Amino acid sequence: MRIPPRITQALAVTILGSATLLTVAVLLFIILFVLGKGLPGVSLEFLFSAPRDMGREGGIFPILVGTFLLPLMAIVIALPLGVGTAIYLTEYTRETRLTQALRFGTDCLAGIPSIIFGLFGFIFFVVMLKMGWCLLSGGLTLAIMILPTIIRTAEEAIRAVPNSYREVSYSLGATRWETVLKVVLPNALPGIVTGVMLSLGRSIGETAAVIFTAGSALRMPASAFDSVRTMSVHFYILAREGISNEKAYATAAVLIISVLLVNLAAYGMMHYFMARRAR
Amino acid sequence: MKLNGEKIIRYTLVAVAFSALASLLLIAVFIMKEGVPFMVKVGLRDFLFASDWDPQAGKYGIYPMVVASLYVTFGAMLIGAPLGVAGAIFLTEFVPRSVMRVIKPTIELLAGIPSVVFGFLGVMVLAPFIRSTLGGPGLSLLAAAVILGIMVLPTVISISTDAISAVPNSYREGALALGATRWQSVYMVILKAARPGIMASLILAMGRALGETMAVIMVAGNTVRIPHAVTDPVRTLTANIALEMASATGMAREALFATGVVLFVVIMILNGIALSAIKGKVRGR
Repeated sequence: MRIPPRITQALAVTILGSATLLTVAVLLFIILFVLGKGLPGVSLEFLFSAPRDMGREGGIFPILVGTFLLPLMAIVIALPLGVGTAIYLTEYTRETRLTQALRFGTDCLAGIPSIIFGLFGFIFFVVMLKMGWCLLSGGLTLAIMILPTIIRTAEEAIRAVPNSYREVSYSLGATRWETVLKVVLPNALPGIVTGVMLSLGRSIGETAAVIFTAGSALRMPASAFDSVRTMSVHFYILAREGISNEKAYATAAVLIISVLLVNLAAYGMMHYFMARRAR
Repeated sequence: MKLNGEKIIRYTLVAVAFSALASLLLIAVFIMKEGVPFMVKVGLRDFLFASDWDPQAGKYGIYPMVVASLYVTFGAMLIGAPLGVAGAIFLTEFVPRSVMRVIKPTIELLAGIPSVVFGFLGVMVLAPFIRSTLGGPGLSLLAAAVILGIMVLPTVISISTDAISAVPNSYREGALALGATRWQSVYMVILKAARPGIMASLILAMGRALGETMAVIMVAGNTVRIPHAVTDPVRTLTANIALEMASATGMAREALFATGVVLFVVIMILNGIALSAIKGKVRGR
C-alpha cells in the first residue's frame, strides 16, 4: 500500500518538528534547571569569599581566580603559536604536501578526547618535567588542546582579508612581514578574537584535562608553580564526593553563566565580523 | 638588513607552524611509550579480551570496559543520531531561514555547557527516574547513553545542518518541479547529496561519545562487569583511566596508559574516516 505524498509530508513535518522541539527543550531545561537551583545560592559573598571545610561552607573566590588564570595562561601560550601557524599557512606558503600534513595534524589534534590530553599532560609536564600539579602544567596542556581552534579561526579570518589590501601594501614598498603586521593582522583581529573566546569557553568548561595537570588545591595560587582548582573541577569534586549539593548547584550556575557569556561574546564577534565582511 | 629580518621571521613561522603536528606526535609518542611495552608484557589477548580487572592481583583484562564503551557509544548514537539529523533536516528544509538563524546558534551555544554539568543532571534527574521506573541502581548504561546522546546533539545538528545547506538549490528546485513534496525532495534527493557530511557529523559525534569522561563517570555507576541489561552499571575505558589515575603506580599505571592507547587509536581511526568523508565531499564539488 502506498501512502499518499500529502500524508508522508505531514507526518514528516510533525515528526521532524517534534524532534527539533525536543532537542531545544532538553537543552534549555538543563540550563534553566541548573540556574533555578543554583542562582539562589549565588551572592557577592559566595563569589568573593574563600571556601571553608572543603567547600561545604563559604564561597569560591580562589576558584574564580583559578578559573580565570588557567585559561589565560593557556591562551597566552597558544595564541602566538596558533596565529603564527595561521600566518605561515596563509601568507608564506602555497598548498603543498607539507601544509596538508600540518592541516592534518591540526584536525587530528582537534579530535583527541580531553582525557588523553590529561594523561599526556600528567606524564609529560607533571611527572617527566617534574613540574608537579600546577598552573603551568595545566596551562600548557590546555594550550595544546585549544591550539586547533585558534589556528582554524585565525586562518579563516586571515583568508577573509581582501587581497587588494595586501597589494596596496606591497605597492607602497612594504615587506611581507610589514604587510602581515600592519595590514593583514589588524583586519583579521575580530576573527582571531572569536577563536580566543571559543577557546576560553572550552577551557573554562574542561575538567578531565585540568584535574590531572593543574590539580585541585583550594588555596589561592601564589605562582605559576602552585596548583589551582577551576570551577569545573570544583563542581565535579563537590558533586561527586557529595560534599554539598547546594554549593555544587551554585558553582554550576556561575560556571554555566560564565561559559554562556563567553560563547555569546564569541558569536557576537563572529556576527560583527561577517557583517563587516559582507559590506 | 631588512631582508635578513624577513628570513628570520619566515624561519620562525615555519617552526611555529609545526606546533600542532609536533604536539600530536608528542602526545602519541608519550602515551605509546607508557602503554605499548605494557601491552607487549601482558599480551594483547590477556589485555583486550580477558574479563578480570584487578590491578592489585596483577589482572589487567579490559574486556568489560571495551564492551561498556561500545554499548554506551552505540546507545548514545541511537538517541543522538536520529534526533540530531531530524533537527538538522527540519531546521534547513522546513522552517524559514530567519528561524534557523536563531535556533542553530542557540543549539551551538548549548554545546558549551560543560560535560560535568550534564553528568550532574544525569545524577540528580535521570538516574532517580530510571531507578523508579525501570529498577536497578539508576546509575547505569542507559543513563550514560541518554546523557551522551544529548551531549552529542549540538555536534550532529551543527555539522549536518552545514552539509544539508551546502546541497545546491537547483537540486531542490529540480525535485519540486517534478511534483515532489518537500519531504519527498528531502528523502529522495537532498539526503543522498548530503550523505557524506551527515556521516561525518555522526562519526565525529561517535568519537566525542567514546572519548567523554567526566559525565560518564558521574552517571554510569563504574562497576567493572559486562552488562546484561541496560539498567546495569558499567565502567567505560575513559572512566577507568580517570578513576584510577590518581592512585595507580607501576604496572597499574602502565595499564591505564595502555587503555589510553586503545582509546587513542580507535578515535584516530574514527576521525580519519570523518575527515576523509568531509574532504571527499569538498573535492567532489
